[in-house]
Amino acid sequence: MSTQATNAVRELTFSQAVNEALVEEMRRDECVFIIGEDVAEAGTPFKVLEGISDEFGTDRVLDSPISEAGITGLCVGAAMTGMRPVVDIMFGDFITLTMDQMVNQAAKIHYMSGGKLTVPMVMRTTLGATRRSAAQHSQSLHAWMSHIPGLKVVVPATPAEAKGLLKSAIRDENPVIFFEDKLSFQLKGPVPEGEYTIPLGVADIKREGTDITLVGTSSMVDVALQAAEQLAEIGISAEVVDPRTTVPLDKETIIASARKTSRAIVIDEGYEQYGTTAEIASVIADGAFYYLDAPVKRMGAMNVPIPFSPSLEDLTVPDASGVVEVAKQLCNRA
Amino acid sequence: MTNTALPAIPGVDAVDREQWIQIYQQMSQIRAFEDQANQLYLSAKMPGLTHMYSGQEAVAVGVCEALERDDYITSTHRGHGHCLAKGAQFKPMFAELLGKVDGYCRGKGGSMHIADQDSGNLGANAIVGGSAGIATGAAMSAKMRGTDQVAVCFFGEGALGQGLFYEVMNMAQLWKLPVIYVCENNLYNEYTHYSETTAGELTARAAAFGIQTVELDGQDVRSVYLEAQKLVKQARAGEGPAFLLANTYRFHGHHVGDINRTYYRSKDEEKLWKTERDPITNFGRWLLESKIADQGLLDQITTQVEEEAKAAVAYALDAPYPAEEEVTLHVYASD
Repeated sequence: MSTQATNAVRELTFSQAVNEALVEEMRRDECVFIIGEDVAEAGTPFKVLEGISDEFGTDRVLDSPISEAGITGLCVGAAMTGMRPVVDIMFGDFITLTMDQMVNQAAKIHYMSGGKLTVPMVMRTTLGATRRSAAQHSQSLHAWMSHIPGLKVVVPATPAEAKGLLKSAIRDENPVIFFEDKLSFQLKGPVPEGEYTIPLGVADIKREGTDITLVGTSSMVDVALQAAEQLAEIGISAEVVDPRTTVPLDKETIIASARKTSRAIVIDEGYEQYGTTAEIASVIADGAFYYLDAPVKRMGAMNVPIPFSPSLEDLTVPDASGVVEVAKQLCNRA
Repeated sequence: MTNTALPAIPGVDAVDREQWIQIYQQMSQIRAFEDQANQLYLSAKMPGLTHMYSGQEAVAVGVCEALERDDYITSTHRGHGHCLAKGAQFKPMFAELLGKVDGYCRGKGGSMHIADQDSGNLGANAIVGGSAGIATGAAMSAKMRGTDQVAVCFFGEGALGQGLFYEVMNMAQLWKLPVIYVCENNLYNEYTHYSETTAGELTARAAAFGIQTVELDGQDVRSVYLEAQKLVKQARAGEGPAFLLANTYRFHGHHVGDINRTYYRSKDEEKLWKTERDPITNFGRWLLESKIADQGLLDQITTQVEEEAKAAVAYALDAPYPAEEEVTLHVYASD
């Protein structure tokens, strides 16, 4: 953490931590505002923003029409002219509606203008399946945004990191997309009181180990930690690395871990094809090839539209027992 | 055929002589710029393509004359006229067209992406309709920051095919944002007459949101300017957005390489607009008839802007390209 908190640590939910980051940044900088569907009195359907409009009013917490492209476009223009917008895109699946504004506008304006114009905006949105929400409300599309130079992408895993990373994202001079795992909203964790930020582009080693590296993002960090626990029981020491941001990607930490353990599995909830796992696996293959004792394995969401039926949906997302099986194979323990 | 005289309209007496001459000068400047840009293309000195604004000068100049320097505009792929009218200079404009480091965007944007923060130009945009959100967002920002700035969104009639417009016009009216949507109907969505792509009336689209709409002759800079003044004043006063439909014509093809175009518009039609509806010639005639200027002054202006344009081209041709290390610069803003 770039700024060490000096105060006590409390237990907050992921949702409360996000809320607290926004409130603190809105108090700190009057240019920060929130816009989105049902963000004010309703505090979003996930209740993440509950109470914020009570403090800041509906001039700074704007309920918008159901116009994802439009509100994103407004934020690009507002960011270019002195404001720091935070746009709420309820479901990550809906980022598809904002693509021209993010990909062709927000991402390119700084470069196309020769460095004159900046777009300091944050898009908060969600990822994650297994909520029985079917194919259009369950995807993890962070790889789409990670593909585009000019955008930064944050995939926080814990309440404390959600707070510190969101504060950094809001203060960043670039467009940042902040993906929150829907199933994590009620997850509790220790969050230091008071001011702190976590820089974008710095991975965190969530658990140290010596036999295999499990690189997990967002919802998959917990899966990796569970797998590491199970692997420890059979004598395999797994190191869990959480990149925390896919752009910028902390390649050094990931490569150093893979060199140390000589084996790696990359676990991410986005679709496996052309996905985040592919990018990170190639980073490891490039940077740690001569240190590896086994091929780098990737575990992403199955390449199918997310099905509704629980019996099918659960098959599509990597889980701890699946990770354990692959890890055992890589360690010749299958 | 000759260009027809502009009709008498109320309000012209309120504008002083120097301002009318300045308007003539600005329109001539755009024409001179585009003529040189076209030559650069034809002589293969310019990389890529460019889209000529010639024929539409009255719209950019009439609207921008009603704006202050710190007001915002967003422009389009056919954007040189808007940039110049808002205050851009010849030299960095031509340098940008040639991909030189002295250009407004260090050569990284090119003809379709000229941005000039100092003159309130938030950038030309090569996604048709792509800047509607930016202009509306700039207006929202102005309102939130408590300034009296106004944002103008220039776009062609083809952009009305884009859904984004309807999303942002809705919010602009809902929140009374100081934004003016200036639709330049030059009749063609690229190579297709707009009547083949557009159902209903153009202004009805904005009117559906309760936005005030004005339709006028985009070849008459006087009426564009006088009307823009009113709309800008209203927007500044917090009365919300407006939609200005300016009927105009592009003298060249869709881009400089669009030479053989009789399959979508006739040479007779082009000739008619150039000989009877040229916005600069007609305005010049009105200046003469109104005894605001004499032919000597108009000729002097034309000669001067042509010379300036040529000098700027020479400057831009000599200017250096960006160094190789520039390729990775400005992908991200440093914090």
